[in-house]
Amino acid sequence: MKARYMQVLLFVLSIIAIQLATTLTDSAYHLTQLTMTAYYTILILGLCMLVGYAGQLSLGHAGFFAIGGYMSAFLTTHDLSPYKAQASVALLADWGVLTSRPDLYGGSLLTVNPWAACIAAVCLTIVVAYIIGGPVLKLKGHYLAMATLGFGIIVYRIALASSSLGAADGISDVPPFRLLPGVEITGSSSARVMNYYVAWGGVTLGMVLLLNLIHSRVGRALSSIHGAEDAADAMGIPTARYKLKAFVLTAVLASVAGVMLTHYNGGIGPSEASVMKSVRYVAIVAVGGMANLWGALIMSLLLNFLSLRGCFGVYDDAVFGGILIIIMLFVPDGLLRRKVFSDIKGLFSRNTPGEET
Amino acid sequence: MTLLSVKDLNKRFGGLHAVNGVSFEVPQGVIKALIGPNGAGKTTLFNLISGTIAPDSGSVHFGGAPVQGLRPYQTASLGMARTFQHIRLFPKMTALENIMVGRHIHGKAGFIAGMLNLPFTWREEKNIRDKGLEIMDFLGIADQADAEATSLAYGQQRVVELGRALACEPRLLLLDEPAAGLNMRETVEMGKLITRIRDTGITVLLVEHDMTLVMNISDEILVLSYGQKIADDKPLAIQKNSEVIRNYLGEDDA
Amino acid sequence: MGLDLFFQYVVAGITYGTIYAVVAIGFNIIYNTTGIINFAQGEFFMLGGMIAVTLHEFMPLPSAIIGAVVITMFAGALIEILFIRWLKNPSVLRMVMITIGISILIRDMALYIWGNGVKALPYFTGTSVTSIKLGGVFVSPQVLWVVGISTVMVALLNAFFNYTLLGRQMRACAANRTAARLCGINAKDMVTLSFMLSAAIGALGGCIVSPITYVQYDCGTPLAIKGFTVAILGGLGNSTAAVGAGMILGLLESFSIWVLPAAFKDVISISILLVILFVRPNGIFGSADAAKLKEF
Repeated sequence: MKARYMQVLLFVLSIIAIQLATTLTDSAYHLTQLTMTAYYTILILGLCMLVGYAGQLSLGHAGFFAIGGYMSAFLTTHDLSPYKAQASVALLADWGVLTSRPDLYGGSLLTVNPWAACIAAVCLTIVVAYIIGGPVLKLKGHYLAMATLGFGIIVYRIALASSSLGAADGISDVPPFRLLPGVEITGSSSARVMNYYVAWGGVTLGMVLLLNLIHSRVGRALSSIHGAEDAADAMGIPTARYKLKAFVLTAVLASVAGVMLTHYNGGIGPSEASVMKSVRYVAIVAVGGMANLWGALIMSLLLNFLSLRGCFGVYDDAVFGGILIIIMLFVPDGLLRRKVFSDIKGLFSRNTPGEET
Repeated sequence: MTLLSVKDLNKRFGGLHAVNGVSFEVPQGVIKALIGPNGAGKTTLFNLISGTIAPDSGSVHFGGAPVQGLRPYQTASLGMARTFQHIRLFPKMTALENIMVGRHIHGKAGFIAGMLNLPFTWREEKNIRDKGLEIMDFLGIADQADAEATSLAYGQQRVVELGRALACEPRLLLLDEPAAGLNMRETVEMGKLITRIRDTGITVLLVEHDMTLVMNISDEILVLSYGQKIADDKPLAIQKNSEVIRNYLGEDDA
Repeated sequence: MGLDLFFQYVVAGITYGTIYAVVAIGFNIIYNTTGIINFAQGEFFMLGGMIAVTLHEFMPLPSAIIGAVVITMFAGALIEILFIRWLKNPSVLRMVMITIGISILIRDMALYIWGNGVKALPYFTGTSVTSIKLGGVFVSPQVLWVVGISTVMVALLNAFFNYTLLGRQMRACAANRTAARLCGINAKDMVTLSFMLSAAIGALGGCIVSPITYVQYDCGTPLAIKGFTVAILGGLGNSTAAVGAGMILGLLESFSIWVLPAAFKDVISISILLVILFVRPNGIFGSADAAKLKEF
């Protein structure tokens, strides 16, 4: 068996161990934050592949997260019963896309069912990612950073300014997402353990897919684009297409994470689309060691959990800003490596090797 | 048989006519050298052939098919592989992995197959690895397979880059100053390598400043000066060509 | 739309355009000496406004503004010395991350010190309702202050870069850092200086515009994006063109209220940024050949 699957096995065992530990110590309430952490981790793993391996910085991935979350939240809460008579709505109902459920006041809501909403959200994300990614990924350096940042701000502003998306309040009362009979993504405390496993199962699946990818022909091609784009091009790698595909793939991961977390939390607000979130994700990838999926995962688990538990208090954003600066100043290749200490020493010696730009 | 045929190629950069109506042919199975004083347009011509830049006018035919205006990845998949004047190895990858990237066009596994680790990719990966090792063996650097490519000695980096290009199994190998930065012994070794590569049936087109190397290994030499072709002949004839001597050999340290 | 309203929009457009131009010039000064885009540029602006408001509690307006500019200038120097000066050959990615981190830290510090309320200096002359009739249009005197001070600032900057030794040394560094160093110019000090200058300009901008737009701890990022849009629109590094580009963006944004609700104003200007980056990353006034020479 390949070493990477052993690592995955070890990871799965630790996930189980953490759950058992919370049961034993009677602190199952931790599972709520751990579950949320898992969904952010799915996004971060994708971003790690994009930034660390393919070398394309994105400061707008919270935008894709929000597109997924908002799209599914909107579709699963927007009541279509007034339009029942319309042919298009009737057609959708015939296809089984719609479900009706009781609302808070005893009436009945006719909305898109979560599976259909999830698929619609992913499709929308793919379209947006293709449209944005095509031109954006031709850019490099500051331009790429600014363009992706700009994209993120646009999504944030639209979410904040659209009354149909709930403006500053966001969308609430998002129903549970029944993945399989008996398996639901929901925030209710009775389903806490199950949701913990669903979420971390998602992370495991994402991890396996991405680990496979980086060890494949495509992964090698992406790394080569990162290292020397002109040389990759000369080796027959269609660099623009590969970058775009990687971008779309990670956008989809972010979007799916957004869909799931929205159903888990029962709602979504514009802060999920904020620039600070995007920066935070990149900071976590950076601490994890850039081109290091396991590093990103461990750091995401640690930092997101602490942040969600409120350990950083009012300094939440500042902590991530500080982390970003310290990592980039002293250990730009990330913390979770063996050579860290010699690198830090190297910073203060005279002859450090030149850096890539 | 002609492998590469360039006709009336032109490229201007603002007021500079970098390549001016250049035509030449590269027969199958030879080593052809491209020489000329600095700024003669050698690298520009090279980039026009490989597709890094597009010509203003003129045509490039490779194996009978027009390739002018194609992107580098397209010419690469047609069977042109190149090295760079300033070594462009992929950092943070081993020498073997660098060479494995060169096998890219001979693989099929895409994003989906890669993510799912489909069984057919296992065989493909194994073939890519084996071929990579075989090439390293051929070049005599097999012992460096697992070393980080960019940490190797300069001369070895040049060989790895050569190996990466060979991994494409090209019909035409474009070498941009393969001996730049090498010492005399390494230059001689590089010359031997290039000859051995030619002997396996691969056609070689190279830009080079080292006249001894060029005269020793080339079957044909094309001389450029100020963007124009001034001679295209066998090495011995080039050495006697009065215009070449006036334009180039007489002025440069031949 | 009546003619009156039309001119109102024009005036608003020019006011905001001037501010964007000022931020863009701040970007350009640092970019020219270092090749870095300082993502914390908007925070200088915010700091200037905030500090001036605080100082104004103890001292008259002119000295509060001067004090704010000087303090922000030293903050700029401190940032450069702490975070940038000692890095050897940092990659673009690293610099982007570090300056973003700095902007977050400054923002959170401001939140801690000043809270999340909006603050403003008083109008320099008159009050918020005072207006001067100018060729048939009523204009707030503060608009004249903004445009006037910015014009003087651009003129002074031009003079500084063209006629003083220090300014010329900075330009030499911009053109060729190695050559400048060989001529005995201390390139590192020039970088510190460019941060100070850039911070001072941003701070002054924050002071003069705060009576109209107010300042808040998080007003820096949107401004930075728009300033960057203007810098790109005019061609990165070209400060004269930035003034023209600032007007264009200011007017476009101002008139966008016609088409879309005001809440979408930022969406408009950032979309413009994206379109420009996609179509003409070297700016509408820049030349493609010149842009290729830049290290991107």
